[in-house]
Amino acid sequence: MTGIRATDVAVIGAGPAGLAAAVAAVDKGANVLLLERDARPGGILQQCVHNGFGLHYFGEELTGPEYAARFAGEAARRADRVSFLPDTMALSLDSDRTITAVSPREGPLTIKPGAVVLAMGCRERARGALGIAGTRPAGVYTAGAAQRLVNLDGYLPGRRVVILGSGDIGLIMARRLTWEGAKVLMVCELMPYSSGLNRNIVQCLRDYDIPLYFNTTVSRVHGSERVEAVTVVKVDGKRQAIPGTERVVECDTLLLSVGLMPENELTRMAGIQLDPVTGGAVVDERRQTSLPGVFACGNVLQVHDLVDHVSREAEIAGRYAAGYAKAGTLPMPKLSVSAEGFTRYVVPQRISAEPEGMVDLYFRVGDAVKPARLTVRTADGKTILTRRKKAMTPGEMEHVKVDVSKLTGDVVVVTEAVGNV
Amino acid sequence: MDRPDIFDCAIIGGGVTGCAAARLLSKYGLSLALVEAAEDVSMGASRANSGIVHAGYDAAPGSAMARLNARGNAMFDQWCGELGVPLVRCGSLALAFDETDQRSLEELYESGLANGVPGMELVSGGEARALEPLVNPDVIQALWAPTAGITSPYQLTIGCWENARANGLATFFDTRVASVERGDGHFILNADSGSSVRARYVVNAAGLYADEVARLFGDQSFSIKPRKGEYILLDKDGSAPKRVLFQAPSVMGKGVLVSPTADGNAFAGPTALDQTDKSDTSTTGEGAAELRRLALRSAPGLNLRAAITAFSGLRAVGSTGDFIIRASGIEPRLIHAAGIASPGLTSAPAIAEEIVNILANQGLRLKAKPDWNPIREPIERFAGMTRERQAEVIASDPRWGHVVCRCETVTEGEIVEAIRRGARSLDGVKRRVRAGMGRCQGGFCAPRVMETLARERGVSMDSITKFGGGSRMLVGPIRESVGGRAVEGEARA
Repeated sequence: MTGIRATDVAVIGAGPAGLAAAVAAVDKGANVLLLERDARPGGILQQCVHNGFGLHYFGEELTGPEYAARFAGEAARRADRVSFLPDTMALSLDSDRTITAVSPREGPLTIKPGAVVLAMGCRERARGALGIAGTRPAGVYTAGAAQRLVNLDGYLPGRRVVILGSGDIGLIMARRLTWEGAKVLMVCELMPYSSGLNRNIVQCLRDYDIPLYFNTTVSRVHGSERVEAVTVVKVDGKRQAIPGTERVVECDTLLLSVGLMPENELTRMAGIQLDPVTGGAVVDERRQTSLPGVFACGNVLQVHDLVDHVSREAEIAGRYAAGYAKAGTLPMPKLSVSAEGFTRYVVPQRISAEPEGMVDLYFRVGDAVKPARLTVRTADGKTILTRRKKAMTPGEMEHVKVDVSKLTGDVVVVTEAVGNV
Repeated sequence: MDRPDIFDCAIIGGGVTGCAAARLLSKYGLSLALVEAAEDVSMGASRANSGIVHAGYDAAPGSAMARLNARGNAMFDQWCGELGVPLVRCGSLALAFDETDQRSLEELYESGLANGVPGMELVSGGEARALEPLVNPDVIQALWAPTAGITSPYQLTIGCWENARANGLATFFDTRVASVERGDGHFILNADSGSSVRARYVVNAAGLYADEVARLFGDQSFSIKPRKGEYILLDKDGSAPKRVLFQAPSVMGKGVLVSPTADGNAFAGPTALDQTDKSDTSTTGEGAAELRRLALRSAPGLNLRAAITAFSGLRAVGSTGDFIIRASGIEPRLIHAAGIASPGLTSAPAIAEEIVNILANQGLRLKAKPDWNPIREPIERFAGMTRERQAEVIASDPRWGHVVCRCETVTEGEIVEAIRRGARSLDGVKRRVRAGMGRCQGGFCAPRVMETLARERGVSMDSITKFGGGSRMLVGPIRESVGGRAVEGEARA
C-alpha cells in the first residue's frame, strides 16, 4: 500500500490541461502517471454541459464533456504509456519533485517522477474574500458550485436569483437557471465592463432579457435561515458604494461569479516562484517553472477564458516535460518578459537561452482600452512589432506571436490607449 | 439509551455551559436530558467565539467571573486532554501605547494578582516584540500572561456533549421550551413542537434566552442583553501571530484582539455592539472597518488580505454585570447559569462544578457512577496521521483515502464519522471535521458533503440544510428530462 512509484512524467490534474499534457508527453516518448482527484477525467468540463468549446482547437462547437472526452479518448488510446490514477489527491510536492498523494484504492503514495506537470486548475473566489456584510444564511453559492448541483446532481439551488459578477460561469448559469424555471433577476458587475466573454453576455443574458448592471455590487445579504433579499448598490469610480443608491432586491439565492484563482498550494509547497499578478507560477516559453523539471499549464498557471488555449498551453508543457525527463535538463531562462501600460501581465514571464522558433505571448489588459495600440519591444528600445486593436478588455485574453530570433534583450509588452484617428 | 418518564435533571441549552454541566453531571447515577432549541449543540455564542482561554486578570476581584475564570483556566489541560480537544498555551500580551494604557495594564496586573493568576509579567515593548514579532513598534509596554491559551470553542462543546452522551445523557434537539408546567415533584418543559420533557431539576443554560426561560418559571430576577462581536478570519498562510494580542481594555469587553486559532488560522475580533435583537448575527461594513483599523494597530504586519470569512457572535450579557449562577429564588430546583459572557468559555469547566454543587445543595442526590468514562476520543484527522496510520485506516475503509475538502484535506471517512456522531447539516460537519472551513469556504466540497449527508442519513439531497430549520440548500429536483444523470453518462462515454 505504501509503495514508491517512479515515472517519467507525473501530471497533477486530469482536467483539460492535464489530459493534453499527458497525451503530448506520451507522444514525446514518456511514460506518464496522471493523477486526478475526481473519479473521472475532465475536471470542471464535466459540469459544463453547454456548448461553445473547441471552436479554435477542433473547428467545431462541442459541449464541455464532449471536449474532455476527445482528450480522454486520446489518453485512453495511449493506455500502455499513461497510468490514470482516479480519486487521487496530491498532498505535497517537494523541491526534489517528490509527490505524496492518497487514494482509496492505493492508500498513501509516493511518486518520484523525472518531471512534473502542474495542472490543478483554479477555484472560485468566495464571499469571504469580498467582505459582503449581512447574515450568513443558506442560498449563497459560487456559480461553479451551483453549476455542479444543477448539472451533475440534478437539483435547483433557488428560484429567484441575483448573480454578482459577470464572469463566464455566472453568465452561463444565468441561462441554465432560467431554462430550469428559476427567475434570474439581474447580474451585478462591480466594474464598468464585464469579465466574461461578449458572446456569453449576448447568448446568456440578452437573449433572455436578464439585466446586467455595471458599476453595481451587492453590499448586504438578508435572511436568517435562507437568503430573503440582497442590498444592491451603485459604486463610484473608486468602486465605493454611493450612499442613497441602495436597493433591496427580494431573492432566495445569491450566486457569486467574481473571479477565479489558480490553485497553487502544491506549487507554494515546492518553493516555486509565483507571479503575484497571475497567481500562477513564473514560467518560460516551455512552461518550465523556477524549479527545473516542474512545468505548469492551464488555469493553475493563468486563468484562461477559452479551453482551446488551455490545451495548446498544456501540449507545450507536456512535450517539454517529456524532454526534461529524458535529458534531465533544459535551457534555463535568459530573458524576462514584462508588462507595461494597460498590459496587466504576460505569460510566459521568461524566455530561455535557446528558444525554438516563434513564441506566443499571452496577456491581459487591466482595464478596457478602446482603441488600443500594442507594442512588443525590447528593454533596449528596439520595437519588435506593433498592432492596432479596436478594443481590448480584461475579460478577453490576447496573444501575439513573436520571432525570438529578433530578441536582443528583455521583452516588454506595452498596451496604450490611442486617440481616434 | 432508556428514556425515563421523568428525568432527574434537564439542562436547557446545548452551548458550552450546558454541555460542560452535562458532562460533569454524567459522572453520577442520574437520568439526564439536554434540551436544545437548535439542530445541534454549540449553535449560539459557543460557535462564534474568540476561543481564548483567558489567564483571568480582567474580571473584578471577588466576582464570580474572577473566581471561575482562574479555576476554569487551571482545569483546561485536564478537560481538553480527556476530551481530545485542542489547547495551546500560547500566552497573551495586552499592549500599551501610551501612559494611560500603562496605568490600565498596571490595574490589570494588580487584579490578576488578586485573582490568583500565575506567571504574569509587565514587559517592555522590546520584550513584547521578542515574544511576538508582529507587535506594533509603537507599543511601549505589555502585560504578558503565559497561562492564556487558545482552544476550539465548538470542539470543546461537542467533546463535552459526546462524552456526556456516552455516559448516558439523552438529547432533545429542535426543542425550544415554550412553556413550563408543574407536575408532581417535577417540571414539565413543553416545546413549541408539541413534545415535552419532564424533570425534577432544571439547569437554565439557555444563553441569550436564559432570561426568557427564567420567566417561563415565573422568575424575573434578571435580564440578558445581546452584545454583538464581529470577526474576520484569515487564511492559513503562515502569517498568523503566535500569541494572543489584546489592547489595553475599553469599557466594552476586552477590546479587539488579534490571535492565532487552534486550527492554525488567525483572526481579528471581536467588536462590541449592544443591540436588542437576539437573533441578529449579521456583519456590517462598519464593523469590518473598525476591526481592520484596530487589528492593524496591534499588529501592523497582519495580512488582512488573507480574509476568508467574516462572522459575528452574540455575547449573553447579564443584567448583574457578573455571571448569574445560583438557584432561582422562585423555584429552588431551577438552577440558573446565565449571563455567561466572556470569560464564559474559560470558566465553563468551573461553572459546571459550581452547577453540580448547587444542585447537591438543593437536594439532588449525587452518587458517583463506578463506570463513568471521562475519555472522549476525538475524530481522528487524516491530515494529522502518520503515513503508516493512513495506510492502515484506508485499508480498513477506503473512504479514508478519498479527500473531499481539499483546502483542509478532509476525507470522506472523517465526514462519515462526523455524521455518525451526530452532524446533520453542512455546518454540523464543518464544525466537527472542518470540511468547508478553509479558503474556498465550501465552494468545492459543499455539494459533495451534501451528497454524503444524504446518503449516510438516508434522506433526499434537497432536504439537506446548512444549519437546520429552514436553512435548506436546495429548492428541489430539476425537471426530469434534463436530469443530471444523463449528463453524467455522457461525460463517462
